[in-house]
Amino acid sequence: MPRYYTDEHEWIDVEDDIATVGITEYAQEQLGDIVFVELPEVGAMIEQGKDAAVVESVKAASDVYAPITGEVTETNSALEEDPALVNSSPEDAGWFFKMTIAAPAELDKLMDEDGYKAFVEDL
Amino acid sequence: MNAPNKSGWKPEMQIAESGFLGGPVTSTGNRGLMLEEPLLFEIGRSDVTGVDLPEIDPSAPTRLGGLERSEAIGLVGLTEPETVRHYTRLSRQNYGIDLGFFPLGSCTMKHNPRLNEKMARLPGFADVHPLQPVSTVQGALEVMNELAHWLITLTGMHGVAMSPKAGAHGELCGMLCIRAALEARGDKRDVVLVPESAHGTNPATAAFAGFRVEDIPATPEGRVDVAALKARLGPDVAAVMITNPNTCGLFEKDFREMADAVHAAGGFVYCDGANFNAIVGKVRPGDLGVDAMHINLHKTFSTPHGGGGPGSGPVVLSEALAPFGPMPFTARTADGVVHLVEEESASEFGHTQAFGRLTAFHGQMGMFTRALTYILSHGADGLKQVAEDAVLNANYILRSMEDILHAPFGASGPCMHEALFGDKDFTNGLSTLDVAKGLIDEGYHPMTVYFPLVVHGAMLVEPTETESKAAIDQFITAFRGVVERALEGDEALKQAPYYSPRRRLDETGAARKPKLAFEG
Repeated sequence: MPRYYTDEHEWIDVEDDIATVGITEYAQEQLGDIVFVELPEVGAMIEQGKDAAVVESVKAASDVYAPITGEVTETNSALEEDPALVNSSPEDAGWFFKMTIAAPAELDKLMDEDGYKAFVEDL
Repeated sequence: MNAPNKSGWKPEMQIAESGFLGGPVTSTGNRGLMLEEPLLFEIGRSDVTGVDLPEIDPSAPTRLGGLERSEAIGLVGLTEPETVRHYTRLSRQNYGIDLGFFPLGSCTMKHNPRLNEKMARLPGFADVHPLQPVSTVQGALEVMNELAHWLITLTGMHGVAMSPKAGAHGELCGMLCIRAALEARGDKRDVVLVPESAHGTNPATAAFAGFRVEDIPATPEGRVDVAALKARLGPDVAAVMITNPNTCGLFEKDFREMADAVHAAGGFVYCDGANFNAIVGKVRPGDLGVDAMHINLHKTFSTPHGGGGPGSGPVVLSEALAPFGPMPFTARTADGVVHLVEEESASEFGHTQAFGRLTAFHGQMGMFTRALTYILSHGADGLKQVAEDAVLNANYILRSMEDILHAPFGASGPCMHEALFGDKDFTNGLSTLDVAKGLIDEGYHPMTVYFPLVVHGAMLVEPTETESKAAIDQFITAFRGVVERALEGDEALKQAPYYSPRRRLDETGAARKPKLAFEG
């Protein structure tokens, strides 16, 4: 299952024609303790680079951008009760939402794991 | 008395088991005359009352039509001295501008002159009612009119809406004026551009006023990316909201160029005037092409805020927007009488396009009196010196810290009224939060932290013009001391503060699992 990364510190797992989206370990560390996550509505159409979710930590509220264009098919309801999952398991149990992949070519412009590692080291 | 504040999180009670600083353990939890304070619910009981009321006949008719309370309300009964002591004790654990240096960036926590208070308490200003006949409140209306005149003159604008009650309320007023102006010409523009260096309230205001918000990036030197702004302008852009001086503490030197480009593209320019303190008497925003700007009387013009009083955010408007300013406003006629212009009299004064009202009445009268007092006691030359001293003090701090503390825009020229630092050189996992808490132990209210977002671990320090050099030197010594500990990776700093009434609070727990009601 290929995993892609954006320069806004989101990760995307692609399985068949559905992508799972979350924020990276680096992002959660920078944000600090997460206290609230606002997820998109299931069925919402989201556009690459536009606001898709909001993550609020004790330091700041930040937008999470849609890494690709598509329709939201499922959201991680566990985050409503326990936003700390984003801190403890950002790249697994702390996923944000699943979506369709409207334009597979958008994936080609994203980073792979090595590319993202190099990107973070440069920050 | 019950044991003090059982429900409050209070690690120093553990220290008290062995005595504080080796002294005796007190049975009350007090340390000498520094008093511990229980919660109201721990002081009183709900089955007693502190007020002596006459007996009532429970069978007497109440005329409440069956809506009589059927059970006890559950609030504690307290006597007047118990209540007075409770709030006075709490106030002693608070920190405010009257106690010490308060360098909270972008908030302009300057001294509130006592002359302002004396004037605001004059009965002709303090004891008037908004529904009194206009002929009986000519003095109060004259104050509003005179203040409006000063605000228009200082900003080089065309008109002013006095009623907004705080900065963000003023932003809303300005954006509603812009929306009204667009609607009047049948223009459906719906995008508002907000640079990264703007105040955080700006995008919220634009969204609340019904616009879509888009970001404009900042340049590496901390100003608006003019090329990116120009590239985004078009027939869908209603307005641009720029904070000047911006939240990086820098003057937007290309403001006129940006405003001209926005106007050429058919949009309006909103300027967030929260930082007007740095340029009052030096720069007139009207000359920069601003269409609307709010002025925080509680910042630039020294009226109390942050618990000490309400805000007040008059909005100055350009010729293009002034016709849309909200009711009511004041106007003087040729006979010298000052009128309060409201809906009934709007056509008489040619003000028929007002977008409506923001508030029921005139605005914050008490703040108007204080602000005008401040303006008149400084005079035009004094206000100019306010800006010069505010900028000098901030630059003194910037240049006194930058050898040890990362100053991301230190090379972008002088800062304005606030100095911005970042935490990138701290070691051992120490961060901006730890430095802020360390400053509390040194007896200072911390600076603004983690804002603006464009700087990692931002620390925004605004000394204001009302601090003496001695006071600023003392702060610099304390700030350098705490920063050096963060650079060296001092583990103890992670536990700060040690000497405040409460130790480091569990902010995460408070946000994730807030306890909003007393649970016995």
